Amino acid sequence: MRRINRARYWIESLVFQQRKMAHKSYARSIDLPSEQVFHNIKNAKRFAIDIGGSLAKVAYSSVIKRKSTMVFDEPDVPGICGSPIYNVSEKDQEVVRLHFVKFETKYIESCLDFINANLINSKEFVQDKAIKVTGGGAYKYTDLIQSKLGVTVDKVDEIACLIEGCNFLLKNIPDEAFCYMRHGNPEYKFQGVDSDIFPYLLVNIGSGVSLCKVESEDKFERIGGTSMGGGTFWGLGSLLTSAKEFDELLELAEKGDHKPLDMLVKDIYGGNYGEIGLGGDVIASSFGKAARCARDTSVPNFNREDIVRSLLLCISNDIGQIAYLQARLHGVKKIYFGGFFIRGHPFTMHTMTFAINFWSKGDIQPLFLRHEGYLCAIGAFLKGMREEDAEHYSWGENLAGSSGLASPKQTTASSSFDYHMKNNFSLLEINRLERPLLPCPLLKDIMGYFPDTVDLTQDAEARQYWLDCFHTGAAKTKDLAIKSQPNSSDAVERANKFLEKYRSRLNSLRQNPCAFGHLTVRSLLDTSTSILEECLFPDIFSQQKQLENEVALHKLSARLKYLDGLPLPERLLQLAMGFLAGNVFDWGALEVCKILEQSNNFGLEDAQAKLQKRPWLFDDFDAWSSRLIRSKPPLKPPYKCAVIFCDNSGMDIILGVIPFVRQLLSMGTNVILCANSAPSMNDVVYGELQLLAKHASDICPILRSALAEGRWMVMESGQTSPCLDLRLIDERLVRTMSEQGADLIVIEGMGRAIHTNMEATFHCDALKVAVIKNRWLAKRFKGDMFAVMFRFEQSGIIAGSAPRSSSPLLSSSSSAASSRSVSPVSSLSYLSSGAPELVRSRRGDDSDRNGNCEDNGDGLSPTASSAKIPITPRGSR
Amino acid sequence: MDDQSLTNGHLSDPSSNSLSVHSHGNGDGNNENKLRNGSPDSFCDLHVRPSMPLFGMDIGGTLTKLVYFEPDHFDDFDQEERETLKTIQRYLIGSTAYGTTGIRDVHLEMTNQNICGREGKIHFIRFPTSQMPAFIDLAKYKKFSGLASGICATGGGAYMFEDVFASEVHLQLHKYDELDSLVKGIHYIDRYTLKSECYYFSNPLDPDNCEKMPFDFQDPYPYLVVNIGSGVSILSVRSKYQYSRVSGTSLGGGTFLGLCCLLTGCDTFEEAIELASRGDSKNIDKLVRDIYGGDYSKFGLKGDAVACSFGQMMSKEKRKCAKKEDLARATLVTLTNNIGSIARMCAKTEKIERVVFVGNFLRVNTISMKLLAFAMEYWSNGLLKALFLEHEHISHILEVDNIGCFIKDEKYAWDVWAEAGRDSQPYRHTTADAWARVLEEEGQDGTGVTVWQRHQN
Repeated sequence: MRRINRARYWIESLVFQQRKMAHKSYARSIDLPSEQVFHNIKNAKRFAIDIGGSLAKVAYSSVIKRKSTMVFDEPDVPGICGSPIYNVSEKDQEVVRLHFVKFETKYIESCLDFINANLINSKEFVQDKAIKVTGGGAYKYTDLIQSKLGVTVDKVDEIACLIEGCNFLLKNIPDEAFCYMRHGNPEYKFQGVDSDIFPYLLVNIGSGVSLCKVESEDKFERIGGTSMGGGTFWGLGSLLTSAKEFDELLELAEKGDHKPLDMLVKDIYGGNYGEIGLGGDVIASSFGKAARCARDTSVPNFNREDIVRSLLLCISNDIGQIAYLQARLHGVKKIYFGGFFIRGHPFTMHTMTFAINFWSKGDIQPLFLRHEGYLCAIGAFLKGMREEDAEHYSWGENLAGSSGLASPKQTTASSSFDYHMKNNFSLLEINRLERPLLPCPLLKDIMGYFPDTVDLTQDAEARQYWLDCFHTGAAKTKDLAIKSQPNSSDAVERANKFLEKYRSRLNSLRQNPCAFGHLTVRSLLDTSTSILEECLFPDIFSQQKQLENEVALHKLSARLKYLDGLPLPERLLQLAMGFLAGNVFDWGALEVCKILEQSNNFGLEDAQAKLQKRPWLFDDFDAWSSRLIRSKPPLKPPYKCAVIFCDNSGMDIILGVIPFVRQLLSMGTNVILCANSAPSMNDVVYGELQLLAKHASDICPILRSALAEGRWMVMESGQTSPCLDLRLIDERLVRTMSEQGADLIVIEGMGRAIHTNMEATFHCDALKVAVIKNRWLAKRFKGDMFAVMFRFEQSGIIAGSAPRSSSPLLSSSSSAASSRSVSPVSSLSYLSSGAPELVRSRRGDDSDRNGNCEDNGDGLSPTASSAKIPITPRGSR
Repeated sequence: MDDQSLTNGHLSDPSSNSLSVHSHGNGDGNNENKLRNGSPDSFCDLHVRPSMPLFGMDIGGTLTKLVYFEPDHFDDFDQEERETLKTIQRYLIGSTAYGTTGIRDVHLEMTNQNICGREGKIHFIRFPTSQMPAFIDLAKYKKFSGLASGICATGGGAYMFEDVFASEVHLQLHKYDELDSLVKGIHYIDRYTLKSECYYFSNPLDPDNCEKMPFDFQDPYPYLVVNIGSGVSILSVRSKYQYSRVSGTSLGGGTFLGLCCLLTGCDTFEEAIELASRGDSKNIDKLVRDIYGGDYSKFGLKGDAVACSFGQMMSKEKRKCAKKEDLARATLVTLTNNIGSIARMCAKTEKIERVVFVGNFLRVNTISMKLLAFAMEYWSNGLLKALFLEHEHISHILEVDNIGCFIKDEKYAWDVWAEAGRDSQPYRHTTADAWARVLEEEGQDGTGVTVWQRHQN
């Protein structure tokens, strides 16, 4: 009984802390307090626990069951909306999600009681299962865990877990690792995903400190450590100030000044110690003045804040110096800091960065991790999972559920935001993605590629604008969300929850733009999608899309007939105009929403009339047109294969993109048409696109035969975003691009071609098409509303001008194979230097190998790996 | 070779030596690579015609050490000089304590000194650097500047108080760089090769059989000097003429004392050490076995290794019953281990096997010395050796140089001896013991002078 009370007390205290956070509605809307700390614990499937000297972290996976929309094409089955083109119904979708929660080790017993009460009774949890436990406490608490949970404890090595967890985060979470520069703009510089993470030094600051050199997934060693770590700060800090909690100490430190206690060089020298290059402000002796003044009765007692400041400075400096010394001894240039010591605390990060830069003169890079505290728990969890699931997945951070970094600008700890951040820092949620994601092989410089055009952490004006813009736009999204579920009784409540949560996120980003990684228009859009999903609005535009698709499809036949009646040059222009006009139909743009809501009959022609007149803001149409006309079909297809990333549903995809696709097909170019894997705004989704393609092919024989012959391929991009991150696209799409020898990439829409990829360069020709539907953005480009971007970027070298063979089967003569230096076919220039002809023919033989991405040994396989493109699956959000 | 040409040797040393240091990759810090070429001021001019009174001063972060030469006969001075000398005499020599903090170490006093043809005594006085303003007032009031001969000074305070001395006391501080002095001091010992000067601990891993053993410091290069004063400086010494500061840390003796004062309310270093000697850090720290239940053998961590300094103090209950002695001990162990760990990595980086630990922090502090000996041996698998000097706060042998500007070479001995026990009044026996032992070994019953003089011959 007493134990239950204790468990209850523990949960309540945690809940109380959480309630102090900004999310008031969040606390209101969920009845079970447990759900606030342990999200989805009732559906938890597998556990791992990392029990450290002072903090314990629980990792568990759960299956989130949620509604999603699906479209199907059986008119005789009564669908919810009964549309003639396709039906929409809800489906149950399962997402595997990892959750991580931390608490103080002293609460371990209460925590186990709690888990027991919530889990053992649930059928999902199988008794007698082994549970992975790591950390020092794995030894100490084995019996306790076994008796409480009735599971066997499988102890796993702490350092192995630590490193596995670190590798996992570095490879899967794009905005995980960052440099901290106190005076930089931005203060945080995120590293992005990197497949080339080794070697590195991992400094894990728990109670004590361990330093590990990591050379590969399997090769690592503990090269040193120090006993002065987080526990020392906490223990000594509490002794000196009688503050009880770690975070309390950090708060004190933030307000203190170390100068009353530390003896600086200038306190001894009166200035710099120039002889050995020590500046006057360098600390000569930590706490040195505490000794000196103890005998001076005239000196008042020291401030708590100052004492803790000195202590934090002294410990951080020391760790930084030891890390530097070890990194140098072992020739490692990157140092990552893990453990629950730093907690995103700017002062600590600054101190360590400073120490390492000071000693290494900038040669060694200190990097911090957003989820520093969970490395070990993640590792332990993965070890447990590996035993059961052989498959490897990609993972993406659940932006709605994870917490961000503390604000560097905080001055007082009393504002609710600080509380929110500090308490929320303990949360991490990661979703398992259905399939591995790989970088797009068409990118010229995969390592140097960064999707986003504007870094809002640097561009304050743009940040201000977009945060405001999304703040306003959220209200509209909320209305649309409510409208999208007219039969749901709690739609209004959930929509309000979305609004509150999203706006609170925007507010926290105002205070610390770096709190969740790179701040970009893309991340703002994706966060909105993610929170909508959390609030059970998986696809708010479902009906709207259906309606518009239906309307547009009725007009397709006439549109095609009109285009066919035009001479080729004129037809190409009209195709481009149609493409652009289609792109106007974007529910993500507030100004367009207004137009669409006011007029029911706003059609493609009306949209076309809105477009900027030529010459457009970016007008490469003539180059594009002549590039297409020059090669006379059907002898010389202008391109072998075009990959098109399309944008909106309705007019856009049906009257803009499909006729464009049809033109390319009729010229002999194969087309891969890619759509989002899951809903985001009114963008066309893969499932919908498949049906639309089928309907379109019923209307037009060219499309029909192309679809049947596999010359027109409809694929999913692997993304769930109105933007496009080409580092993380669906594995199958990557494979198909390579197999088809894609030599043209078409990117459509503001999100994909302006907010992202505007500066991206490719091995092949690229066409970037968008209509700017945002007044502010248009102004930035010195254009007007509905300004047009039609950029045609030819891949410099001999593109198009090189002699091309129209035959799909090139000779695979040995001479071709040996002429490695000559690679005249630009379409394959993204492959390794191997002779493309040989590659092609081999691929023909191997094409049914079900897309094995592995290098087949001779280095000629036209896959990502042969092009030295990392093939490690990576996740996206 | 006398010390002056040694200084010049620095200057004229071919740069090839310098390159050899660079090749070891001393990329640390700012300017640390720079070879040290002696102090900014030269004391040659003083050498020629020293005037009275003669002072030497080492103004450290915590303590200021003052050396005063008192001539036996005032007769050949002019009236003015005589008055000044008498004033100083009355004040300094008339008592052994000045205010509440100044102390004259009478036991260190040296008589029958011949400096530049004058007979006299050398006196040693120390006071906390925080009292410097009071000292300056005194010097002003007592007109120390009478002959404006200047004071040889080193330590950071030589820079800090240079202007004040010039403007208030009208005394010029002849500055000597402290690291320079430090290395010279060690060379000095090297030169006079006192057998028991340098020692190490045999069997440092076995506390019961751990013994002090003499170490032959004849050919010490290269070696690392870890000077633990208020802070810590780490120097790599490659030859008599060539050294560089490779690292340092602000966690030094000052940190120990500062933290001890805050944690236990003690006042002095001696008090802190005394508390520590009676304490047990296991009640404060978290050991590997406290976390793992035993050794963490996979990574070679023994169960009794400290996993987290002050780790037990995270618990409120444990904090309540923490004893002063234990806290002092834990502070001492934490700082000593940290210094040892940094020293070890520097030694490894510099590819040096001998590490000489010196500085005030080790005074009356066998706990730290044994810990350091243990840590060096244990973590390097016996590769590294921790060496200590009887004159542990050898950094102040720098005064040897300063005094050397007016005491002739053969008189250096005095200053070395003087060093042995200055500042250590409460623990006089330590110095006395060392003294007695040395004399015993030398088979001499005379004064140190003869010992040293004999050595020179």
